Amino acid sequence: MGSGRVLVTGASGMLGRAVADLAAVRGWDVTVMQRRTAGGPHREVLGDVRDREAVRRAVAGQDAVVHLAAKVDVVGPWMDYVRTNVTGTRHVVEAARMHGTGRLVQVSSPSVAHTGRSLAGAPAGAASPMRARGHYARTKAAAELFALAADGPDLAVVAVRPHLVWGPGDTQLVGRIAARARQGRLALVGAGTALVDTTYVDNAAEALVAALEHAEEAHGQALVVTNGEPRPVGELVAGICRAVGAPPPRLHVPVPLAWGLGAGVEGAVALSERLPLVPAITQPPLTRFLVEQLSTAHWFDQRRTRELLHWRPSVDVDTGLARLAAAT
Amino acid sequence: MQDPAGPGAREFPGVDPAWSRVVVAPDAEGTPRRWHLLDTGAGDASGHDGDVRPTLLCVHGNPTWSYLWRRVLEQAPEGWRVVAVDQLGMGWSERPDRPRTLPQRIADLSALTETLGLTGPVAVAVHDWGGPVGLGWALRHRHQLAGLVLTNTAVHQPTTSAPPAVIRLARSPGLLAQVCRRTPLFVRATTALSVPPLPAEVRRAFAAPYATPGRRAAVADFVADIPFEPDHTSRPALDAVAEDLHTLGDVPALMVWGPRDPVFGQRYLDDLLTRLPHADVQRWTGASHLVLEDRPASVPVIWDWLAERVGTAAADGAGRPSGPGVDVPRVPVRVDVSRPGATAVAELGGTGRQVTFGQLAERVEEVAAALADGGVRPGDRVAVLVPPGIDLTTVVYALWRVGAVVVVADAGLGLGRLGAALRSAGPRHVVGIGRALALARATRVPGRRWRVEPGGEELDRLAARGREVGPAVLADLGGPPGDADGAVLFTSGATGPPKGVVYTRDQLGAQVALLRDTFDLAPGQGLVAAFAPFALYGPALGLRSAVPDMDVTAPHTLTAPALADAVAAVGADAVFASPAALRNVVSTADRLTAGQRAALAGPRLVLSAGAPVPVDLLHRVRELLPSAATHTPYGMTEVLPVATLDPTELAPGAASGAGVCVGRPVHGVDVAVAPLDAHGVPADELATTPGTVGEIVVRGPHVKDRYDRLWATQQATARPAGWHRTGDVGRLDGDGRLWVEGRLAHVVLTADGPVPPYPVEDRLRDVPGLADVAVVGVGPAGVQQVVVVVVPVGRGGRRARLTGAPGGPDRLAPPEVRDAVRDRAGVPVAAVLVRDWLPVDVRHASKVDRTALAAWADDVLHSPAGPAGPAALVRRALRPRAPRTRSR
Repeated sequence: MGSGRVLVTGASGMLGRAVADLAAVRGWDVTVMQRRTAGGPHREVLGDVRDREAVRRAVAGQDAVVHLAAKVDVVGPWMDYVRTNVTGTRHVVEAARMHGTGRLVQVSSPSVAHTGRSLAGAPAGAASPMRARGHYARTKAAAELFALAADGPDLAVVAVRPHLVWGPGDTQLVGRIAARARQGRLALVGAGTALVDTTYVDNAAEALVAALEHAEEAHGQALVVTNGEPRPVGELVAGICRAVGAPPPRLHVPVPLAWGLGAGVEGAVALSERLPLVPAITQPPLTRFLVEQLSTAHWFDQRRTRELLHWRPSVDVDTGLARLAAAT
Repeated sequence: MQDPAGPGAREFPGVDPAWSRVVVAPDAEGTPRRWHLLDTGAGDASGHDGDVRPTLLCVHGNPTWSYLWRRVLEQAPEGWRVVAVDQLGMGWSERPDRPRTLPQRIADLSALTETLGLTGPVAVAVHDWGGPVGLGWALRHRHQLAGLVLTNTAVHQPTTSAPPAVIRLARSPGLLAQVCRRTPLFVRATTALSVPPLPAEVRRAFAAPYATPGRRAAVADFVADIPFEPDHTSRPALDAVAEDLHTLGDVPALMVWGPRDPVFGQRYLDDLLTRLPHADVQRWTGASHLVLEDRPASVPVIWDWLAERVGTAAADGAGRPSGPGVDVPRVPVRVDVSRPGATAVAELGGTGRQVTFGQLAERVEEVAAALADGGVRPGDRVAVLVPPGIDLTTVVYALWRVGAVVVVADAGLGLGRLGAALRSAGPRHVVGIGRALALARATRVPGRRWRVEPGGEELDRLAARGREVGPAVLADLGGPPGDADGAVLFTSGATGPPKGVVYTRDQLGAQVALLRDTFDLAPGQGLVAAFAPFALYGPALGLRSAVPDMDVTAPHTLTAPALADAVAAVGADAVFASPAALRNVVSTADRLTAGQRAALAGPRLVLSAGAPVPVDLLHRVRELLPSAATHTPYGMTEVLPVATLDPTELAPGAASGAGVCVGRPVHGVDVAVAPLDAHGVPADELATTPGTVGEIVVRGPHVKDRYDRLWATQQATARPAGWHRTGDVGRLDGDGRLWVEGRLAHVVLTADGPVPPYPVEDRLRDVPGLADVAVVGVGPAGVQQVVVVVVPVGRGGRRARLTGAPGGPDRLAPPEVRDAVRDRAGVPVAAVLVRDWLPVDVRHASKVDRTALAAWADDVLHSPAGPAGPAALVRRALRPRAPRTRSR
């Protein structure tokens, strides 16, 4: 059980909320920080991680920080990602040092080490801002390196990389799949046979709180967190569709075609962002990053994660889908 | 002449500079010479005079240097010193101004070891033309000689073949200086032969001491010193080494060989084995001249061997199977003549020939006499390539009569692998049909050819010749001892080249006795022999054998009518047939006449081996042969039978989810398991506790003597000594029955522990709509995921054209099948994939090729689908083809 005060940044999202709730259940005195009020049961500090002073005020007096706040998207200008993901993390790390905060759990992503190839039972791998794909992954890679570099005797830093988190209330994976499926616009890229591991939200939250509690043992590490149940991506997408009552995908887009479409879409998005009279495209159907995520296998060696965090997933994929269906 | 005192400050990859050492010693004529050595004792005082540790003295050939032995020095265990010399004129040693001859070099080396004060036990390791020098030294120092390690070398040019073309060419007067001295051609070519190719820095290190024509003089001189000509100066010295080698029969010897050597190929190994027949052999298929470079694993093999054979005096005979406590009788491998007038073998195909026991025994004696007269000696290996039937039986018993070793390979291996298998055994004779002899020639199988066509006149002529020479020639040979080799058989080689398996005559006799006693076979009974290995034993047991009208090399050609006719011909009590043969019998049952159906009521036993047989197939066999028990003995090329039972008598459902029950061990056979650890590695210690899962380990009087010329493999599988590690995983139950759960190589190594495939497959057999199911693992060992591959009912070749491609929407099982599989599997299942057929191994046409299937599943689950890149095209081309049959 935890004890002490913990700040959870980015607690308005599905995972951040779950982490704050679980930490409170485990005995932590929880403060949450986000840009707009989330109306939860926890003490709330409003602010943006891009604002150094706001971060310092929030971190002051805390024993630990779980830093989730990030720009998670597939489009948008590069500098927006840098400001939130890199500069924001720098603000958190500096504030933690300044106030003598003992522990920092940096929430990262397996994509920081993913160069586009299939990963089968892969170890976490080193974060690579140069080789990671897409603005999000590159800036998160830089942020993770920065956070881990601050690991030392006074500040125990653990980087945790949950992979494809989903569950009730998820606007990213589940939300997008459901919306597209209902519009009849959901297509599987390739054959849908690539093995992909995901993380049910409760498992991710438990792993993050475990990292908070075992930071002395796990500090300095980057640990991938998943359910440890890789499934063919077509099976996962169909399962999510069934759970939310949407029709399953019927279209299959060959990988090279999807890749070409993705490249075209990215060009159009970039153009829309530059041309003053054209409204910016914020929900593109397809990017090359997405094509890769949905057509290449990625599942991970979880042995070290489980050993260091003393954690095992408590909700399997089928149970998670049942809970998703019940919540819809 | 340029004469550096050693490699100096230069460093070479893999060489510890502390080993490098210069020693001045007198040469054969007493002139002081500077030698360069790599010496693990160079750095400490004990490395000098009076060192009594055992020493491995390494002698390189031409044109290499002590660098060749760097890994041997690096891996030297405590208590051993390694001295690797650069011969005079070679490497970094002094360049004498005149060529050194073989007798001089032997004397040079002797003077050097005296200077070094090597007075303790010495083992000698040699390569290439270092062989005659090192062995010459060994013959002069037998009082301290502890062992011999021979790698791709020779002491004699066999008269049956010409000297190596490469060397002949290099020695032609116009070319010698050009190739060896003026240009670095020979020096560079030596390191260009390696398979796989050597790294550039290693090739540079080999060539470094031979940078200029002046430093290469001895390279040319060494080639010129090879005494091909009878009047050559070095000829008497070489002949003396060759002729005296047999006197070292009490010195442990190991031969490590790369048979792809264009100079010292397999025939030189075979020649050396006639001189040192007690030698252990590690032959690496595919390796070339620099065998320690091509197979660095040779070095630990050498050290293991030295520890085993030289390290302890009591090691003699280690690794040889010792039988269990039970004394098992042995049946001599000769024709039983207690009923001379009864039919011994009847062929139902062709012209329908028959032979009585008396006729067979007489003909065996005649043919044996002719073979002995024609040069077949006791202990000679003889490859036999004759189809099953009377003539094969005659030839094999005649060879055993002479005391020869029968080498048998299955045509099911495919021609290339068949040739490679026979070549590896190095036969001195090949007996076969014309087509087989042509194949032997095409695949460069050595040995004198004897043509025998079934029913042809060749065997008649041999028999006539045997009558001429009379039985005296056989009497002169005497009877070979029971521990002499009797046969070399080959594994199917599913994972690599086929392995030769050597049985002694006693072990063959024990196998015959175990078969007789386990299945109550008695003289006078009838046997249908549609399963080649056991069919040969009929005459030794006094069984009247019938060979059905079928292509015996293609088991699935046995039809129900052909089986019924064979049963009727000898009034068969027992039928030996492979699972593939039984499957075809069942599916051709509608062609039986009423009379044939009646005949099939006779046999009391059907014996099927070679692969697990589905119980439902055996039930259908019992419908055709209502009086017969259907036994499926468990075993392998290395030991058969291990255990047996009639699966149709197991309670229905008893086997569900538990693997394949193969029955209780047969009398005289001990079975244990080597428990698996979390990584799937079997323990050294054995267990017989019921329920413990591990590698199945067997001991008995009929376990193989050894793997042929694969010393390291033999050591690895004969642990503890006398036992055989089968490579199967399973467990014993509380009733002493053995259950097989899969091949060790096919166990899925998940993060939660090893998952053997058979029990999972058993739990999935009754999922509705499935014709077949197989479990494989994907991903790295230790975090593998379980994948289930299913074949829906009604598929099977119909869509074969499409099934090669990975991906495709219909690769994933429909939800109802997937959910049913996950419900019943008992382990987490990552994916359920659909195929129209399962790939099976070629030899038995019945075992699922899980290695190929796992590669396919890996491809489906991990490759982005779409138009193929070059790598995917290659993978697709290598994907398994449609099988002939389906089942486990």
